[in-house]
Amino acid sequence: MIRRLDNRALIVCALIVVTIVLGQFGRDLSKALDMRWLVKFPSAWVVSFKDPISAGIKWLVEEAAIGPVSFTDVTRAIAWMIEQPYELLLNLLSKGFTSGQGSAEVTLLPAVSWIVVTTAVVAFGKYCRDWGLAALVGACFLYLAIFGQWDSAMVTLASVMIAVPIGAGGGLMIGIWAYRHPVGERLLSPVLDLMQTIPIFAYLVPILFMFGFGPVSALVATIIYATPPMVRITIMALKAVDPEIVDFGRMVGTTERQLMWRVLVPSASHSLMVGVNQVIMLTLNMVIIASMIGAGGLGFDVLAALRRLDIGAGFEAGIAIVVLAIAVDRLSQAFAERMGQITPPVHGQSWVTRHKRTTLVVVLLGLTWVLGRFAPALLDYPDSHTLTTGHFWDDVVKYLNVNYFDTFEAVKVFFLQYFMLPIKRTLLGIPWPWAIAMLTLLGWRAGGWRLALLCGGLSGLIAITGLWAKAMVTVYLCGASVILATVIGVPLGVLAALNRRAGTAIGLLIDTLQTLPSFVYLIPVVMLFRVGDFTAMIAIVLYALAPAVRYAAHGIRNVSSDLIEAGIVSGCTPRQLLRLVRMPLALPEILLGINQTIMLALSMLVITALVGTRDLGQEVYIALTKADTGRGLVAGLAIAFIAIIADRLVNAGARGARIRFGLES
Amino acid sequence: MTSNIKLSCRNIWKLYGADTERFLKNTPAPTGSDLKKAGIIGAVRNASIDIAEGEIFVIMGLSGSGKSTLVRCLSRLIEPTGGEVLFDGIDLLRATDKEMIEIRRHKLGMVFQHFALLPHLTVLQNVMFPLTVQAAPKAQAEAKAREVVELVGLKGREDNYPRELSGGQQQRVGIARSLVVEPHLWFLDEPFSALDPLIRREMQDEFLSLQARLHKTIVFITHDFDEAVRLADRIAIMKDGEIIQVATPEELVVNPASDYVEEFTKHIPRSKVLTAGGLMTKGAGGSGPPIRQTDRISAVAERIIMADGPVPVADNSGQIVGSIDRQAIAHVLFGAGGGE
Repeated sequence: MIRRLDNRALIVCALIVVTIVLGQFGRDLSKALDMRWLVKFPSAWVVSFKDPISAGIKWLVEEAAIGPVSFTDVTRAIAWMIEQPYELLLNLLSKGFTSGQGSAEVTLLPAVSWIVVTTAVVAFGKYCRDWGLAALVGACFLYLAIFGQWDSAMVTLASVMIAVPIGAGGGLMIGIWAYRHPVGERLLSPVLDLMQTIPIFAYLVPILFMFGFGPVSALVATIIYATPPMVRITIMALKAVDPEIVDFGRMVGTTERQLMWRVLVPSASHSLMVGVNQVIMLTLNMVIIASMIGAGGLGFDVLAALRRLDIGAGFEAGIAIVVLAIAVDRLSQAFAERMGQITPPVHGQSWVTRHKRTTLVVVLLGLTWVLGRFAPALLDYPDSHTLTTGHFWDDVVKYLNVNYFDTFEAVKVFFLQYFMLPIKRTLLGIPWPWAIAMLTLLGWRAGGWRLALLCGGLSGLIAITGLWAKAMVTVYLCGASVILATVIGVPLGVLAALNRRAGTAIGLLIDTLQTLPSFVYLIPVVMLFRVGDFTAMIAIVLYALAPAVRYAAHGIRNVSSDLIEAGIVSGCTPRQLLRLVRMPLALPEILLGINQTIMLALSMLVITALVGTRDLGQEVYIALTKADTGRGLVAGLAIAFIAIIADRLVNAGARGARIRFGLES
Repeated sequence: MTSNIKLSCRNIWKLYGADTERFLKNTPAPTGSDLKKAGIIGAVRNASIDIAEGEIFVIMGLSGSGKSTLVRCLSRLIEPTGGEVLFDGIDLLRATDKEMIEIRRHKLGMVFQHFALLPHLTVLQNVMFPLTVQAAPKAQAEAKAREVVELVGLKGREDNYPRELSGGQQQRVGIARSLVVEPHLWFLDEPFSALDPLIRREMQDEFLSLQARLHKTIVFITHDFDEAVRLADRIAIMKDGEIIQVATPEELVVNPASDYVEEFTKHIPRSKVLTAGGLMTKGAGGSGPPIRQTDRISAVAERIIMADGPVPVADNSGQIVGSIDRQAIAHVLFGAGGGE
């Protein structure tokens, strides 16, 4: 497309060129001018935030108290409240009730048998949808038993079963509170923003400080991570209830409580269940990360294997997480649907005939407990019959590495040489005052002086903390990944929207990618490319691809059919139709998808620190291993700042595009 | 309207903007330009109406005229900025939350434009809902609910869910639900606007026959002047938050208060609005069996045209009060205002 270059476009182009040139030669320039501070933020100017923060947390944990109740008492009380149900479930599913605490005569019960658990999920699957779903979840749980992952999986399941009700219920309560008090929502909104952009790792450290190493800490971290979307969805769902329904509720004389629980919440139940599903998926996402501060189970298996570089074992445990995630995800979705459906109540008959499945499970439970004394296989799946694929994966990797080492190496070197390193060098070479100025300018152009102030302020803060260089590495890694994810994802999304068959296949791929916990991406990539930036990039791209595809497909599909028809009537070829009608109109949506991709990429950064990147993620990770609260929080906040800047800029851009097309005023 | 006043509102204002209450206190009767200067939007401006017991009172206005806001002020779903609402002599705006809940539970019913049915409850449960929140005994509530479901002609659909019903049926559920507590005052907020024209007409007829049995005091909102004329005992016409005219359909047609009102009445066939009483020449006269004062011209036109001379008109007690001749009818049907 040939466009007349007016003055403004010329200035923009000039600024971009200057920035790139500065990036290339900034280092030499600063050396020549003897002004090294231009590129390297002088350490004398660094304001240390981390020490006061560390001291603050220490004070909180050791000394803070209101009257006789110290802060530690509060955290202990919380821990106790979470621990009780968790212990109960853990004993039920995994450990068994081993000691008769009060008196010695308490009957010792073994954990629920694998047969009973599997039957129960099959029955639940049938109840929620049909035999197809029942077979799927049954197969998932059988897989866990046969491949020897049962015990770990049950530990993980126990923590999921604790975290999800607390996260979903707590989120619902907070959401209701914010709905009732508009001030609450205004207070809550920035907090939620920050909670969703701060990488999880950053708050693992303070949690570790407050709750100590162990499953309770892990649960607390998981709940904090999984709750914000539930709060958001609750507020949105309640607000979306038809105002007439609210008027109706008040007109029949409901009290505030009746209005909420009998009118609003049931009317919004469909959206609310989407929130619950989100909580479940996020909880499973946290499984591995939470194992860093003491959660056992599958996450711990993966982490331990990753640390030993035991690819086979890690892969197996990783797949087990995926299998568990798929089962729980499908079950919860089907359950949500089922709740929205019409179920004629069954009248008459006895309880047993009305609850055939429940009865079956209970009877089986009793049977296995009694007969299990004589036939242990009824309680624990016999070890001798487990299969392991660990060696197989080891062999595959060995085979690939022996025979295709050069190919992998060539791919890796190619990308590093011609794609990643130039970006890295340029970004690190840009003098920080110039970068801050450019960001401020960009903010001003995109969203006025407030956004300019935000961009300038936050980037300035990053510089002052002395993390500029690491932040630039973060931007480089994230930027390279986002570029790659966009280049792959947007065309895929367009294809999915235009071609039905491709759409089905791509939809399935994206669904699968989104169900996988973020860690799992690392395992195969590390196997093939070993540690380093390239590995990190591939893992990030895989993780962050989904929204780029989804939003692009959604945007293209949603172009009004009138406009398409207008294009066809004007004689557009299919190609022209795509280029001149569909793409421009889908642009705002595509931009939002890229925005989501950036957010996901940033959240994945810390995880990739495990494979040896040298960015803010690594800073957080180091802080975690050293239990250095201040350092972790500062680096975590720096990542959050980058995320906020990117988010606001892209959103302002998308809004601008929508206004240009008259889709928004 | 000689019977006693059930609901009356005095000088109701609903203003949107900053610090509207103080504004209204300082300028008790702001004009349009006053509001504009203060940057305040007047959704309802100085509305006063009296609604008699057993009357169908229609509030008619185009969208944005403030009719929905006014009815929500009357039922206190919206807090008016100023004025008073007297229901059976009690000022609703002074009632505490608790008193308001009691009044709504037992004395008010409301039907909504988009039905506002609860999606998770069956027809029967929806209709029972107002009784459920009062914690009424379940068996009694269910019996009462079945009774009103039958009244609106939905017997046999009790266990269906709202989404399984057509629009007309859904609104029948809405009507049944609002009647289950036997309200003294019945609000209907554009109840038939979301329905197809044919169904709408059918529902209007049923509404009238329902009212003939129940004799509720009704506040009915509509944007459809035809509907207003068909149903109303009296009509209040609203424009830009103000009530322009309150009158019977006949008065509106004969004496529109402004060009705006006339614009609506123009397209209404006069013979369907005017009554024999309004058209007759006073005094005794005519021959043959009398027609009634309240008969619409369209219903008696043929008889009068076929008659040889003037036809007598009787009032409700059967006393002859006047007569109508052919010319008068011809004037209504074909003359000025008849077909224009």
